Amino acid sequence: MSDSRMEQPLNLRLAVCIKQVPDTTNIRINPETNTLMREGVASIINPFDMYALEEALRLKERYGGTVTVISMGPPQAEAALRDALSFGPDKAVLLSDRAFAGADTLATSLTLSAALKKLGPFDVILAGKQAMDGDTGQVGPGIAENLGIPHVTEIRRIEAIAEDRRITVQRLLEDGYVRLRAALPVLLTVVKEINEPRLPSLRGKMNAKKAEIPRWTAEELGLKPEETGLNGSPTQVMKIFTPPKPEGGKLFKGEVKESVATLLSELTGAGILLGKGRGGAR
Amino acid sequence: MNYFLTEEQQMIKDLAAKIAAEKISPLTAKYDEEGIFPHEIVKALGEADLFRVFIPEEYEGLGGGVFEMALVVEELSRVCGGIALAYAASGLGTIPIILFGSDEQKKKYLPRLASGETLAAFALTEAGAGSDASAIRTTAKKDGDSYVITGTKQWITNGGEAEIYTVIALTDPDRGARGSSAIIVERDTPGFTFGKKEDKMGIRASATRELIFDECRVPAGQLLGKEGMGFLVAMKTFDQSRPGVAAQAVGIAQGALDKAVAYSNERKQFGKPISSFQGLQFMLADMATQVEAARALTYQVARNVDAGEKNLAGISAMAKVMASDTAMKVTTDAVQVFGGYGYMREYPVEKMMRDAKITQIYEGTNQIQREVIAMNLIKEQIRGKK
Repeated sequence: MSDSRMEQPLNLRLAVCIKQVPDTTNIRINPETNTLMREGVASIINPFDMYALEEALRLKERYGGTVTVISMGPPQAEAALRDALSFGPDKAVLLSDRAFAGADTLATSLTLSAALKKLGPFDVILAGKQAMDGDTGQVGPGIAENLGIPHVTEIRRIEAIAEDRRITVQRLLEDGYVRLRAALPVLLTVVKEINEPRLPSLRGKMNAKKAEIPRWTAEELGLKPEETGLNGSPTQVMKIFTPPKPEGGKLFKGEVKESVATLLSELTGAGILLGKGRGGAR
Repeated sequence: MNYFLTEEQQMIKDLAAKIAAEKISPLTAKYDEEGIFPHEIVKALGEADLFRVFIPEEYEGLGGGVFEMALVVEELSRVCGGIALAYAASGLGTIPIILFGSDEQKKKYLPRLASGETLAAFALTEAGAGSDASAIRTTAKKDGDSYVITGTKQWITNGGEAEIYTVIALTDPDRGARGSSAIIVERDTPGFTFGKKEDKMGIRASATRELIFDECRVPAGQLLGKEGMGFLVAMKTFDQSRPGVAAQAVGIAQGALDKAVAYSNERKQFGKPISSFQGLQFMLADMATQVEAARALTYQVARNVDAGEKNLAGISAMAKVMASDTAMKVTTDAVQVFGGYGYMREYPVEKMMRDAKITQIYEGTNQIQREVIAMNLIKEQIRGKK
């Protein structure tokens, strides 16, 4: 299948960073600790990372090469990697150690970078634009900084990789997109507009079931205790809360002209706008 | 109820359910209304390896059987019995090649069918030969190293869409049913064209078409089994394919039940959800019980087929009758639960009722199935006496 779609053989070394997150339809927050309650909640691959994985597989189909998936997380994050393997990447590695627990984005990106250095070098490293649970969007760029390579965030399309190993991408903006070119190696984070992830195949699932997924600890990554997990994390979460729902509200219905007039007079009456006769803006 | 599926079977079921929910569900209403054949779904099922599940491993399958096929058909039918049929009918067309194909024929056709790039179909029915299949008129005259096929097949599912057809034709018209043979015909063979595309009550996303053979010449090597085995091929194929129709019926029924339960919790009358009324609760209870019973029978018969049980005709017919009658009843009751809304095209259950009807008719009407069941009973009793 890959041969027929190959644009030109570049034998790319591709990596995808994924995160296991609670299924977003079931998120609950412990009101006392302000942390996510993970017990009894199904875990999935962060949806944005699925687009990154799909794009890596497409790059492999277009240019040849290998796809490696890595994830940092508790031992059960292996399930996310096994899930990822069913879509067809070549290899998966889990970074799991008690010392990694409680990592913020700085410690996480350092840990992932150490693994990418050990596994690499890579030509293109892909990740979702952010995780659905943390929503920071910092880990991808953090990795790029650690590795000393360029990064482009919020990619909506990878146009092409030329023979001179320069990649042309489209970065999503609020009102359009900007085309950018970068030399490989590069780290890209992707938005959901980039593709429609494939479904897994049965053969892929069966192979994934049997696949060996190595688990690396801090020691194997050559990381010091003060660099990882809570110890390596300057961020402290003070409080996570759901903003209170705005209450009340009033809907102005009917003809636009009339409802605007009513709205204005009410706002004036409430002292929010200054009325004409009171020296307000004319 | 727990049917103790293997890990692999559960994987198959889950994947089929995922495709049904994500890919089929958005198309169901439109494809039903406009009668569109679901090419992209066939492609997705192929990419997911679901056509491989009932094909032997040596021919690029995954080595499962009728049970695995039934699991897929059920999950797809739960969302759309019409779209599911492209898959199920290809299974029907593949079975005779698995059962009677030579190694060479299997090597030629099964890997292509396993990948889903090619669909199969089975062609027996003619205008004058429905329940009385022995009344077929299509002939296949031996001429040197070929057969020359002439005649018209009617109501062939996947007609025009499939590339590989198993056609039952008379090689020795004087011998009637005993003079029939099964021949594999490829779509692009000269002399083989397609006629009328049927405008159906239900399963409208499925292609049902006439096959016209006008001195269509195929190599003698396309014969399945031996000359004169045509009816045996057809009957043995149906023994194995009927659990598939039963699974389609179970899926349609389950889909209707799901919708009915959800609706009954939402819909309020007299200030309460209608699910709080006993009259409606009893209906839901009966529907659920019937669906589960039909599923249990269907699964067990499919497992019997795969275990190589010899006398399948009776039990295979039982699964088909039971599941299809259940589908008709449950979908009709689902429309009743929805009340006036159920009768409207805008709501999903009237389509399910239309789709369910065909399962009582095709692959042998339920009247013929009952005859098969009765004949088996009677024969067994007589045999027991001797």
